[in-house]
Amino acid sequence: MNDRIRSLLAALTCALALGGCVTINIYFPAAAAEKAADKIIDEVWQITKGGDAAKGDKPPAATQ
Amino acid sequence: MRAAAGLLRVLVVLTLGIAGAALAQANLEINTPAVASLKASMQSRHAQLAGFYASGAVGLTRDGNIALRDANAVSLAQRQQVNSLITAENQDRAALYREIARANAKPEWEGEIRATFAQRWIEKSQPGWYYQNPSGSWVRK
Repeated sequence: MNDRIRSLLAALTCALALGGCVTINIYFPAAAAEKAADKIIDEVWQITKGGDAAKGDKPPAATQ
Repeated sequence: MRAAAGLLRVLVVLTLGIAGAALAQANLEINTPAVASLKASMQSRHAQLAGFYASGAVGLTRDGNIALRDANAVSLAQRQQVNSLITAENQDRAALYREIARANAKPEWEGEIRATFAQRWIEKSQPGWYYQNPSGSWVRK
């Protein structure tokens, strides 16, 4: 009897845990995507990390 | 007793598995050779594009691309150059969004990755640059 309850409990835990995994994987990881985007944009636009972000350090001259 | 030990083992394995999945979610994979070369290509193109962003000729679109906003801000001699810069940049951007989705084995995320980038490009753009608001009209930052 006791064993049956235990195995039932184990099965329930498994089901819950698997459900959790599925949930985690279906949804788009918005925060991680933002972090990745920021990292790439900083590199492409050469934005320096220290203090005043939005000021790219490339002077916009060149083409004019 | 044996059942309890078995249950414990199952729990430990599951906990580790979930922790692993959560860790994998904490970051998107962006360190692939394709991403690196796209970044390099866009970075060197930016030196040419920056002036056009500043003059308002080129703006950031709401869908994660760039577009010619004001052709009059570009001299006739530069029209062709700016158009090919825009085309090349948008090709790289599309490839970048696709590649990040592919690198994470989630091709279906491409659209959401593009949407995330669209917001972040605008957020990180410099004052004076133009971007499209959600309804599609140009706004000066």
